[in-house]
Amino acid sequence: MRLFNQANYPFIEWRHKAYVVSVAVIVTGIAAMLFNVTSLGTWQNYGVDFTGGSLIQVQFSQPATAAQLRAALGGAQSPPITRFGQDNEFVVRASLGAEEVDVVRTQIEDQLVAAFGSSAFEVVRTETVGPKIGAELQQRAALAILFSFALTLVYLALRFEFRFGLAAVIATFHDIMITLGFLALFRVEIALPTVAAVLTIVGYSLNDTIVVFDRIRENLNAKGGRREDPVSLVDRSINGTLPRTVLTSGTTLAVLMALLIVGGAVIRDFTLVLILGVTVGTYSSIFVAAPALLEIQKRFGDGSARRERKEKRAASPA
Amino acid sequence: MFKSVRGRLIVILALLGMSVGYLVNNSITLGLDLQGGMHLVLEIDDPEGTMTAEARSDAIDRAERILRTRIDEFGVAEPIVQKIGSDRIVVELPGNQDEERAKNVIQQSAFLEFKLVVPVTELEPALGRIDRQIVAALGVDALREMGRDVEGPSQDLQDLIFTSPEADSAQTGDETSSDEQAVEAEPEVNLRPFTALLASGDVPGSYLVAVEDVESAMTFLALPEVRIAMPRDISLHWETAPIGLGARTYRRLYVTEEDAFMTGEQLEEAVAQRDPQFNQAQVSFQLNRAGGRRFSQFTTQHVGDNIAIVLDDEIVSAPVVRDRIGATGVIEMGNADIAEAADLALVLRAGALPAKLRIMEERTVGPSLGQDSIDRGKIAGIIGMVGVVTVMILYYKMAGLLAVMALGVYSMLVLGGLAAIGAALSLPGMAGLVLSVGMAVDANVLIFERIREELLLGRATRTAVDEGFAHALSAIVDANITTLITALILFQFGTGPVQGFALTLSIGIVASFFSALFVTRTFFLMYLSGKKASDPISI
Repeated sequence: MRLFNQANYPFIEWRHKAYVVSVAVIVTGIAAMLFNVTSLGTWQNYGVDFTGGSLIQVQFSQPATAAQLRAALGGAQSPPITRFGQDNEFVVRASLGAEEVDVVRTQIEDQLVAAFGSSAFEVVRTETVGPKIGAELQQRAALAILFSFALTLVYLALRFEFRFGLAAVIATFHDIMITLGFLALFRVEIALPTVAAVLTIVGYSLNDTIVVFDRIRENLNAKGGRREDPVSLVDRSINGTLPRTVLTSGTTLAVLMALLIVGGAVIRDFTLVLILGVTVGTYSSIFVAAPALLEIQKRFGDGSARRERKEKRAASPA
Repeated sequence: MFKSVRGRLIVILALLGMSVGYLVNNSITLGLDLQGGMHLVLEIDDPEGTMTAEARSDAIDRAERILRTRIDEFGVAEPIVQKIGSDRIVVELPGNQDEERAKNVIQQSAFLEFKLVVPVTELEPALGRIDRQIVAALGVDALREMGRDVEGPSQDLQDLIFTSPEADSAQTGDETSSDEQAVEAEPEVNLRPFTALLASGDVPGSYLVAVEDVESAMTFLALPEVRIAMPRDISLHWETAPIGLGARTYRRLYVTEEDAFMTGEQLEEAVAQRDPQFNQAQVSFQLNRAGGRRFSQFTTQHVGDNIAIVLDDEIVSAPVVRDRIGATGVIEMGNADIAEAADLALVLRAGALPAKLRIMEERTVGPSLGQDSIDRGKIAGIIGMVGVVTVMILYYKMAGLLAVMALGVYSMLVLGGLAAIGAALSLPGMAGLVLSVGMAVDANVLIFERIREELLLGRATRTAVDEGFAHALSAIVDANITTLITALILFQFGTGPVQGFALTLSIGIVASFFSALFVTRTFFLMYLSGKKASDPISI
């Protein structure tokens, strides 16, 4: 049994349709970010890890409603309350006003005890992050993404050719934009694990792109590869790796689906981001990275002119 | 030795043996998010920014050592106390903790001093000056807003005041003239915001302040102008525990010498116990030889005086010296329970913190939530594993089985690697493992697809296998290295959970690289060894 054995799809011919899809999705994401800026004040729904603040997760022994909690925590002035997983679990988030980090949290706990009694619920998780740490985290996350971009570009430029590195970074950037747009659209809370998930997507997307690029490189360096029509060479390379792409992405997605279904609320956001990332990463290595490579080549040449000049210079007696 | 199948098997078995060894000896610890517990990030509290970078770094080093001693004695299994960067300490306490107690043990400065209590008459000459400074600094309106009685002391308190206003002005005669000038300009300047709060004490060298007035009195005493106006060589300390007298509750404010004649540095041992007579909690301590000598010398000279035992600027108790005291003493803790006494003894033994520590970040996870995550993680892991194994064997048959065996080796190596490093496995760490399993599978898929392609081109079995591995190599290397780059950067810039993710991912990548290219290859060589070059293989 072999899926997509001897496949021969004209992927490059379809690229214009893919461009439209990509641009539409990215524009939607950016619109969501802008909408968030006007309604939330920030372009993403940053969690306490980044903004600083307190989070308390409580589990009631009896079913409770968010409205009951809101009433207990001061009605209209109540901090935001969200349901977490099951019916009787809630997360309360509060920003830090006071200097000592645990004051707000203790207040909320006291209010809950006053309203429901101390035996009605259990505090299963608390997080309190000072604003200083939150600001540092934002900075560190941005630095991490920038540095990994730069180093990957350098590595790929060394191992392949510069245009391969550039095309891979364009594809990865495309994936990150779509992911960030998704996070903004659904207002997924940006916590530390979410950052890890986004960076995992960077890794996965690169992995996928490299497999395709590796085949292009191999075909290029094979006998007659440089004389072959670039479009048909790239198509041949994508089709050649298609069985692997489908099998690997399929298996990964299946495992992630299992995590999503049974993994519980704690890792649900994380898994969702990864599922999206794997899908987008697979799509982008075929419909973004490979066409980008051709577009770069069309505009700036494939480097052969420079190579020939160099060879000529080396050959001609000085 | 890597050429022969036997040599390869020896390498694999040796690595497996090492992994098992590490697993048996170290076992894998679970992160706090999985087993529950408390995570604190602490920083030196230096609001005025007066400490130099060097002083901070030195203070954090000492604080780390002291915290480690305290927490080791606190009795938590496998705690972590770790300096992060140049000015932070991370404390992790697994399991279900009494949060308040733990934080108290961690944050208490535990700076112990022994000071001589002096008669209140030493302070009295300065009281008028202090009152004037308070009025000048805060203004009458602000005092009124605080609800302070700016019309002067009320009548019942007047009787309790130790000194009459006449005595005050007589003693500070040289200042009376300026006082009178001020009275002409500002009639209210004679008000006594601070003195009005003081009632004569029931113990020599102390005043009583009603508990509802304590906050105002503290505000007054914290004013820089008041600190300057205080007589030299004298300091004021509150007693920690309030006392009830009649219908009202008070706190004592003691007048003591400014310099301590001894500090907790001379302390050698401290033990919590119960006072056999009144069954109250107390901490008995033993001083080192030099401290004992100083203590007995000092107490000989001060029989009949009170000695204040000052802990972090507050007085725990101020007993009367009845006789010369040698190298041992007792700190009475009043109504505190024995656990509190035990904590105090613990922090006294471990020593004082060099500076105040401020909590920057605090996370707690209840054990039930952690257990829930583990259970769900296990189920998800099993489903994922079964899925991958089924697909590999159905799709690649014999070759798939070989790959699954190689994945088994991979799992052992990753777990062994985690145990060897001693890293705790957290939830994001598990995600990192899932990703690296994916990469390990992907490497095998790449190789097998390549072998199939070579077979389709009509190559002989053995050549196809060799070519398959050779051609898949570059893609696997490049993919693994770029992911490794990302993981290492994450480790460098990340904190806590992200680092955990990066660490397991890094270990996983190295192991997956080895398992796909070396272990699968070895198994393939064994599988091919009985076959002729042209025999068909099951792939």
